[in-house]
Amino acid sequence: MGQTMEHAEEHGHVVPYRTLIVIWLLLLLLTAVLVYVSTAYHAALSVPALLTVTPLKAGLVFFYFMHLKYEKPFFKGLVILVLGALILFIGLTFADLSYR
Amino acid sequence: MSSVPVPVHPIHKDYQGAKLGMWLFLSTEILLFGGLFLLYSAYRARYPLDFHTGGQHLDTFIGIANTVILLTSSLAVAIAVTAMQKGNRRLTMICLGATIVFALMFLVNKYFEWMAEIHRGIYPNGPALLKLPDGEKIFYGLYYCMTGLHGLHVLAGAAALAITLDFVRRHKITRSDFSKLENVGLYWHLVDVVWIFLLPLLYLAA
Repeated sequence: MGQTMEHAEEHGHVVPYRTLIVIWLLLLLLTAVLVYVSTAYHAALSVPALLTVTPLKAGLVFFYFMHLKYEKPFFKGLVILVLGALILFIGLTFADLSYR
Repeated sequence: MSSVPVPVHPIHKDYQGAKLGMWLFLSTEILLFGGLFLLYSAYRARYPLDFHTGGQHLDTFIGIANTVILLTSSLAVAIAVTAMQKGNRRLTMICLGATIVFALMFLVNKYFEWMAEIHRGIYPNGPALLKLPDGEKIFYGLYYCMTGLHGLHVLAGAAALAITLDFVRRHKITRSDFSKLENVGLYWHLVDVVWIFLLPLLYLAA
């Protein structure tokens, strides 16, 4: 019993079916928004939409489908470190490209 | 002789360690695809019009259909994990099976999409591709590399899901020991996240 308890604790949070379905519906809705904006308003709004809606969708998958919301801070820190490194690479590359 | 007690070794499983290992692997995957996203952004900044024209020729409908397929497959995997945590083995197997079907649907769509491009003469050293301006050549090169590498991940994910389904069937993955299922799920969700970025970059940015 003690062992199963320990496992349950270690295995962390059980995300309810309802939450998962709500997240899925949100992801579909955000996809629809992205498609609508890019077809109806063209370039002016499509780039800002791309830069906000797409990371939001990825965030929903990371936090709820991948249980990151319920993980220990170390896991969150790891993801922030990797994404931070990637953003730094992109930033430095563009800093280089724009002064050529 | 028979009175010697047989030591019972408790099977030690490091769930956090297994999950951390998976997240470390996913970190390398993020940087792998991140490199391609960086390359795309840098060349898009240099050839904005050519990238715009290139994107217009892609089949947006297939891109969106594949997005819906992958998002739904991600939901199925997430439900499979919750079902296993609740001890509903049957639902876990149904959801894993559904995810594999979704993965194959994705790849079939990708096949038709690529074949349409190839018939137009858009492939490495293809006649139509060589006549295009430099920026469009780079766009299609990145298109094939990014969707191709992602497609390989879908294929690998489908294989891993099939093995996982077999583990569940043979009771190798149980309610109290489902790290393998959880980690395959994490991999599949990352494949979904990569596609979430590919859709606007390749199909919608036109």
